Formats: sequence, structure tokens, C-alpha cells
Amino acid sequence: MIIKEMCTVVSQTELADSIYELTLKGELVQQMNEPGQFVQLKVSDHIDPLLRRPISIARIDKTSSEFTMIYRTEGRGTTVLSQKHAGDLVDVLGPLGSGFPLEETAKGEIALLVGGGIGVPPLYELSRQLTDKGVTVIHVLGFQTKNAVFYEQEFSLLGETYVATVDGSYGTKGFVTDVIAEKNLGFDTLYSCGPTPMLKALETNFSDKKVFLSLEERMGCGIGACFACVCHTKNDKDGKYKKVCSDGPVFRAGEVEL
Amino acid sequence: MSMLDVKLPGLNLKNPIMPASGCFGFGREYSQFYDLSRLGAIMIKATTVEPRFGNPTPRVAETSAGMLNAIGLQNPGLQKVVSEELTWLERYDVPIIANVAGSTEEDYVEVAKEISKAANVHALELNISCPNVKEGGIAFGTIPEVAENLTKKVKEVSSVPVYVKLSPNVSNIVDMAKAAEAGGADGLTMINTLVGMRIDLKSARPILANKTGGLSGPAVKPVAIRMIYEVSQQVNLPIIGMGGIQTAEDVIEYFYAGASAVAVGTANFVDPFVCPSIIDELPNLLQKLGYDHISECTGRSWK
Repeated sequence: MIIKEMCTVVSQTELADSIYELTLKGELVQQMNEPGQFVQLKVSDHIDPLLRRPISIARIDKTSSEFTMIYRTEGRGTTVLSQKHAGDLVDVLGPLGSGFPLEETAKGEIALLVGGGIGVPPLYELSRQLTDKGVTVIHVLGFQTKNAVFYEQEFSLLGETYVATVDGSYGTKGFVTDVIAEKNLGFDTLYSCGPTPMLKALETNFSDKKVFLSLEERMGCGIGACFACVCHTKNDKDGKYKKVCSDGPVFRAGEVEL
Repeated sequence: MSMLDVKLPGLNLKNPIMPASGCFGFGREYSQFYDLSRLGAIMIKATTVEPRFGNPTPRVAETSAGMLNAIGLQNPGLQKVVSEELTWLERYDVPIIANVAGSTEEDYVEVAKEISKAANVHALELNISCPNVKEGGIAFGTIPEVAENLTKKVKEVSSVPVYVKLSPNVSNIVDMAKAAEAGGADGLTMINTLVGMRIDLKSARPILANKTGGLSGPAVKPVAIRMIYEVSQQVNLPIIGMGGIQTAEDVIEYFYAGASAVAVGTANFVDPFVCPSIIDELPNLLQKLGYDHISECTGRSWK
């Protein structure tokens, strides 16, 4: 069930260059059941910025009714959000969308979690829930540069973790796909979130595997009403489509056109 | 006694608040938040003869106090809208205003004829003002003779009253309103979005894949207010006003300008509960301003 609630800021910290970790407290946390879902935040009480900002959920704690998001300050909306302090209120709509299917990986199997940049955060809650279930997780996290790396230690506590940076300033130089090839990582299921070229590469390289991809698109409403974030389904001839916000953001590889 | 009930051609509205076309889909998404029967009416998403996918993404870009969209009239096509969406909406006690679009005159006539037969469609909104499609849409809404002719053709086949949705992207809005009136329109809805553009700082290219889009939200409200103020004094048709409405105060301002009902668009994306919130707030505001009924507000700015 989707709830609209004024949530209270518990904490906000800058984790890396322009990367913020924001924890909010609210009853809607009780509705957060799938890793990979997102919320829409209204960062201002005023008409500017007007629209909500879709941000993925990185950690869910039902006991304390708290959830954590990790986001990058890109424009004015996220900059305003980064100025919120403990005790401030934020208007949240969520949880939204359908997340990563946990049931696709059985206990004892291996899940490979591949994240790129600001696509890394939702994989953290996914990893927590998979490990809770008895799944072995391997993480491959790609960033632009050393200053952009975050949560390496948090992921390491849950399973094997490899980091790649495009400029080679930290970890393996290159892309996540280079790490997977170099380390010859085997897995039963692949879950990924990140830039589209990365998702495309994974879909192509592992067309024989179970692969689930979380997409990103500019959104309006976040609930499927405005048709801003639609994508084509694969091989559609009759105008079939999916909405990234409400049918996704997670799709099985091959389901939609990347 | 209700302070909010409004009677317009084809429409007995329990209140004058309705979601605007294109900002509410066919109602399904919002039905998870509140009972759609609370609404005065629902203006459903534009319907064309054939299904349309619409434009490539990105389709939206935020602006100061507003947003640009270039969805491109995505819809499942006339047949599915009638058999699935309108049938689904029958569970609610709410009149539907069907937004009719097309590329050619024949398209408009076919959609109008068929969709107006649906039991819960109480009026049509003739969309001659969509700025985001290459053919049709706004092409019918910028030349008075063309608009008049199309209105006439649609009136001939429609089983319900026809409201013409005017584009603000014209040099003389009163001429367009008079053309719709001459074509036999039963009412006007105004305004559709204003054509705009945003350019990305890094790529130096337009953000929208369609390059241009329609501007909506609070930023356009003064334009709509001015146009309704002018048109309502020059034509004898009821006006459903729209453009940036977010609060009960905004609604009253539209009525003062000359509107008899209003539609809420972009604000639904910001707050899914905005329509019922406005409906709840209106009686108190009217009382505070000293009115017994909302209709007393219509055209007060010039009467």
C-alpha cells in the first residue's frame, strides 16, 4: 500500500563526494516489503522545485520504522534535500514500484549483485534480505573514481565485494563487467542497478542466466498515471509498453527495451 | 445544502473539481488513494482511434514552478478505452468527460461518435490544443475557421455536449473561443499547456526527446486567468478553467476570472490527494469570503 506521510529526518551524512545518506522515520516503513522499491520525496514546501524526486531505498528497518536512502546531489532538488537536518520533516510518497524478486534465488544458491554509481544503494537492502535467507552474495560495485566510492565496508560484511573505478584510482581499473570476467565470478542469479550501458552489457553477456535489472527514467507522478517513464517491451509490434515507475523499476532481462 | 454543486451542459457536478486530462490516466492509479466518486467529474486521458505509444523519453522536464511534458497522447486506443477503462470507471458515481484527439478530422469524428455513446461519458472535451503531436492536436486549434469546422463536425455526431479545449499558443484567444462557439460548442475548457523548452547544461541539447513540450503547473496560472477573464466576457459559454491549480484559493481566483468549474492537472503528481483536499477546503473558504454558493464567484472580477 502506498502511503503519503511527513517523515522525520533521523540523520543525514555526506558519505562520499556529493553522495548523501539520509535516514527517515515514518509508519510507511511498515509497507516496505521488497528491496528495489523507491519513494518520491517532496524536498520543499513551496512550488519550486515543484515535482517529487524518485529515490531508491537502501535500507529498511521495520523495528525502528526507519529507512535509509543514498543519493547524489545532481540538481536543485537533491541539493535542497541535502540541507535537511535531524528533526526536519520530509513529505514522502511510497513505497513505489515493484522491486527485486528474492524468490528467484534459493537458499544455498549464489547471487551476483552488480551496481554502478548511484545505482548501488538499492542493492544493499537486497543483499541484506538475500543473506538473511541463506543466499551467498557477491557484490561488484562500479564507481567513476575513488572519491565517489561508498558502502564498500557495509557490503563486505554481507559477502565478497569487488570495487571497480573507471579511472583506476581505486580497486580494479575499468567497468564492473571487467571485474566479473577477470575474477571469473560464477552465480545463479544476477541482480543489477546502474547506468543503462552497464545494464545492456550485463544483459548481453549473461543472456543464458537469470538476470534482473533496475531501470532509471525521468518520472512525473511515480505511480503510473502520467506516462512519462514508459519503455518499449522487447519485440513489441503492437505498441505494448511498461511503465518504469509502477511496472518496474525492476524488470527481468529481455522483458523491456533498454 | 451544498455550496459546491454546479450544473453545466451535460454535467450535474456535485462539486466543480475534476482532474484534468492527461494528469490522471483513466483513474485507476488514483483509486488506490481515495474514492473517485468524491470528484465532480473526471477528464480522462486523450483517446485516439488507434492505440498510440507516444513520444520517446525523456518526456518530462521540470521548470521553475512548473513542468514540461511531451507524452504524445499515449493511449490504448478507442476500442480499449471504451471496453476496459470506461467500463471499469462505471463502478464510481462520477460523470466522465472524454478527451477526444486525432490526426485528421475523420479521427476526431470517429472517436467522438463512439465514445459519446458510453453510459458514463456525459460530455466530450475536444482536444484541438495538444502541442506534442506532429499531426492534428494543436494544428486544429490555432486557425479559427479550422476549429469552427471541426467543432461543427464533432457536434453532428456526438451524443453528449461538446467542450472545446483551447490552446494558449495563439495570438488571439477570444477569436478561437468565438470560433468554437460558432461551431456549436456547449462549453470551453481552457487552457491547454504552453509550448516551451529546456536545454541541458552539460549536453547543450534540449532535455525532452521531442525537444519542445507543454508547460503546466503554477507557472502558467496567470496566463490562464487572463485568458478566461477575456474570453468569459466575450462568449456565452461556460468555461472549465485549468492551469496550475493547487489550492482552494486558486479555484476561487479561476471562478472570479469567469470559470464555472475547474480542473486540476500537474498538482495530482505532487500530491495524489490534492483534489479531495481542495473539495474539503472550499466550503470554509467560501464562508470566510462571504459566499453562500461557489457559483456566486463566477466572473466577479468583471461583473
